[in-house]
Amino acid sequence: MNAPLRNWVAIGSINDIPRQGARCVKNGEMTIAVFRTSDDQVFALEDKCPHKNGPLSQGIVHGGCVTCPLHNWVISLETGAAQGADEGQTASFPVKLDGQTVLLGL
Amino acid sequence: MSKQRLVIIGNGMAPGRMLEHLFEVSDAFEVTIFNAEPRVNYDRIMLSPVLSGEKTYTDIIIHGEGWYAERGITLHKGEKIVQIDRDERKVVSDKGTVAHYDRLVIATGSSPFIIPVPGSDLPGVLAYRDLDDTEGMIAASTKGGRAVVIGGGLLGLEAAAGLKLRGMEVTVIHLMPTLMERQLDSAAGYLLQRELEGRGIEVLCQANTKRIIGTDRVEGVELADGRIIDASLVVMAVGIRPNVKLAQEAGLAVNRGIMTDATMRTSDHSIYAVGECVEVGGMVYGLVAPLYRMAKVAAEHLAGPSKAEFAHAETPTKLKVTGVNLYSVGDFAEGPDREDIVLRDAARGSYKRVILKDNKIIGAVLYGDVADGGWYNEMLKSGEDVEGMRETLIFGQAYQGGGNADPLAAVASLPDDAEICGCNGITKGQIMAAIRDKGLTSLAEVRAHTKASASCGTCTGLVENVMGLTLGDTFVIPQAAGMCPCTTHGHGEARRLIRAKGLKSIPAVMQELEWSTPEGCAKCRPALNYYLVCDWPGEYTDDQQSRFINERVHANIQKDGTYSVVPRMFGGLTTADELRAIADVADRYSIPTIKVTGGQRIDLLGVKKEDLIPVWKDLNDAGMISGAAYSKGLRTVKTCVGKDFCRFGTQDSMGLGVKLEKFLWGSWSPAKLKLAVTGCPRNCAEATCKDIGVICVDSGYEIVYGGAAGLHIQGTTKLGNVKTEAEVIEVIGAMTQMYREQGFYLERIYKWAERVGYEHIKDVILNDLEARKAFYDRFVYSQQFAQTDPWAERVAGAEAHEFSNMAEIKLEAAE
Repeated sequence: MNAPLRNWVAIGSINDIPRQGARCVKNGEMTIAVFRTSDDQVFALEDKCPHKNGPLSQGIVHGGCVTCPLHNWVISLETGAAQGADEGQTASFPVKLDGQTVLLGL
Repeated sequence: MSKQRLVIIGNGMAPGRMLEHLFEVSDAFEVTIFNAEPRVNYDRIMLSPVLSGEKTYTDIIIHGEGWYAERGITLHKGEKIVQIDRDERKVVSDKGTVAHYDRLVIATGSSPFIIPVPGSDLPGVLAYRDLDDTEGMIAASTKGGRAVVIGGGLLGLEAAAGLKLRGMEVTVIHLMPTLMERQLDSAAGYLLQRELEGRGIEVLCQANTKRIIGTDRVEGVELADGRIIDASLVVMAVGIRPNVKLAQEAGLAVNRGIMTDATMRTSDHSIYAVGECVEVGGMVYGLVAPLYRMAKVAAEHLAGPSKAEFAHAETPTKLKVTGVNLYSVGDFAEGPDREDIVLRDAARGSYKRVILKDNKIIGAVLYGDVADGGWYNEMLKSGEDVEGMRETLIFGQAYQGGGNADPLAAVASLPDDAEICGCNGITKGQIMAAIRDKGLTSLAEVRAHTKASASCGTCTGLVENVMGLTLGDTFVIPQAAGMCPCTTHGHGEARRLIRAKGLKSIPAVMQELEWSTPEGCAKCRPALNYYLVCDWPGEYTDDQQSRFINERVHANIQKDGTYSVVPRMFGGLTTADELRAIADVADRYSIPTIKVTGGQRIDLLGVKKEDLIPVWKDLNDAGMISGAAYSKGLRTVKTCVGKDFCRFGTQDSMGLGVKLEKFLWGSWSPAKLKLAVTGCPRNCAEATCKDIGVICVDSGYEIVYGGAAGLHIQGTTKLGNVKTEAEVIEVIGAMTQMYREQGFYLERIYKWAERVGYEHIKDVILNDLEARKAFYDRFVYSQQFAQTDPWAERVAGAEAHEFSNMAEIKLEAAE
């Protein structure tokens, strides 16, 4: 494959996502969880916990991480890596804001 | 050599500073300025002190008439440029004045953003941008009445404080949950709100303006939730937009602002731009420090070849309201690669947070004690490695080198008359004397004899340190088991303090109880949310983002990410119509599994999240509501058939079960709460392993509680016997409320009862009729806010974002 070509896709407004919450974006078969932190940073992870595929979009967002609703793994929003003693990593996607518009890099 | 012609559009602070620099290094220019305002250059940052009456216009003039005359500058006051002709290199004003240029500087600044709601053009609606606005506000304030300030940012709050000082009643309406959210985190925003409210300014966060009311002039503001606030003055301070129209019409490159390179040159190399109208490096600026840096860069390039370039740097923010001390700089977003050091001092109302990344400071938010703001900013700018002083960094510069941050040593160094317990005015000396004279050895004894830490309890740690000092090694300072790593307070302590201090929001709890993380974690947030829901019915707004997903979407998440849906069947009774509706729903939404639960309900398993709303709607339409099978709250009241059908039945157990469930449903509790009513001691409804059970007997009703049949199995304990259904309902309502008020989050009723004592609960609920009545009344009061069907609310559109995807990306042709 050549150098990765980023395709920036507008997925909606930042205001569509609750603070300390997430929304899902369907990308073909994959679901991507787009998170908004209390200070309006936006992150995107595949909506699958590295542990047992729990939907991370449904977890509680705190301190730059999300706690998976199934078994309380704590996942970094930025890197997708499990925190603490747990090991594993979820795919993360670049996100940027153009004004209020959220752009997802695929 | 003839001079070059320099024309400047705009006469604000940025071009003013640019000219100062330019005249220092060059006299090559003949300067003409067009200013749409009929004034000389004044200090806009000082408008707030003018509004509050602490300064006057003449105090804030930067360049008087003489300054322009001395430098041979032609100043056209009150003339607005309407056209830039780049081919002819000239500008034309609205009065027809034409000026030719060799170099042009655009400094058109920015305009306030006026929210386009009905009524925003009424007289009495002002922005807060220039001296005219300020004078308009001062004039309006002399008539008194109420001012509504829309926008709780820097400018809006300065306007609010100024208008309050001018004697008006003031309400601030802010769209976001906390004030100044761009500069402050929620903890500091909370402190600021408390300070402003203490000054009599009403603050409404999460308030959305719907329209401005009035016929000839403004009379009030209506919010989206229907509230109406009377107002004789409305100030909009919701943001600014760079003035780019002129540049755009001249064909210059424009995005959010007029685009320049790092030398402040626009896409036309004869034209520069400075100030708030500029977009450089993708950023638009509104604070004065970067604008002044732009001015210097532009001046150097105008004067001759220069390597000067504008570079982004973090600018500290301060609020110019006398007596409010806050300081914020840099990046305070959270992230796993960052570390927060937080120091909260509830008694002094101060909050300090320093954000580190790779052992370097990248941001700081200070409230109250801001003395070290500059010191943190210096280290932020220099990128100094702070690993060596991490332990004491948060205490500030004074603690570095020689200072002692060991808490025991800090207490040891206090004089004997230092006050330890502020509530009761108890000094270190008094505590030490009491310990020695009376031979006290425990915290409880010290509290009993001195009252130190017996009121609000926040000084408990200090008192323990004093005990450690006095008793030496014989006293081990207890390490309290905190709710979670975010706090040293246990659940009981947190609950007690929430009530004692009247804390009514999660940020308030975290500040006053000195949480060590900025926004808690997945353990403490749901607990605090429950405590606030329980303690402040009707006042506290449930924070959805602090609830587990099951309670947020009112369904149980399953391991494959689908949900299970359980409609409520009061007392385990249903009808043919309900069953038919459930069957129809199962068909319509291809629900794969239908199961009867242990609590006598029907569970629809495998519902897709996007189907939840239509499923609920259909169930609602058939008269059913949420069964709350997901909640830390009242789940089910299970019944046996009772005397209507059963030959052994002694009472109407089905009827009583239905009544109990209709009374209790909707209530939140520390953990799930399951009941059963059984018609005779044969116990077909299994009441003796429930959280609360009722066993019908010939003479009335036996009430039992504290059963468990999960990981742990245990039979119930008898509370006592009552004679009537009404008494059953009162006793169970009161006991539920006592458990709600005293239980720790996730603590089942049997654990709570073991902790506080079965005898004690019996004394209060069964024997003390007055206490029972008080608990019962509080439960009834709380229920009026709790008995709303969450399904119906969501079918009607509440929390709609939970139930639909944000977007669906169609797969494009594979590469």
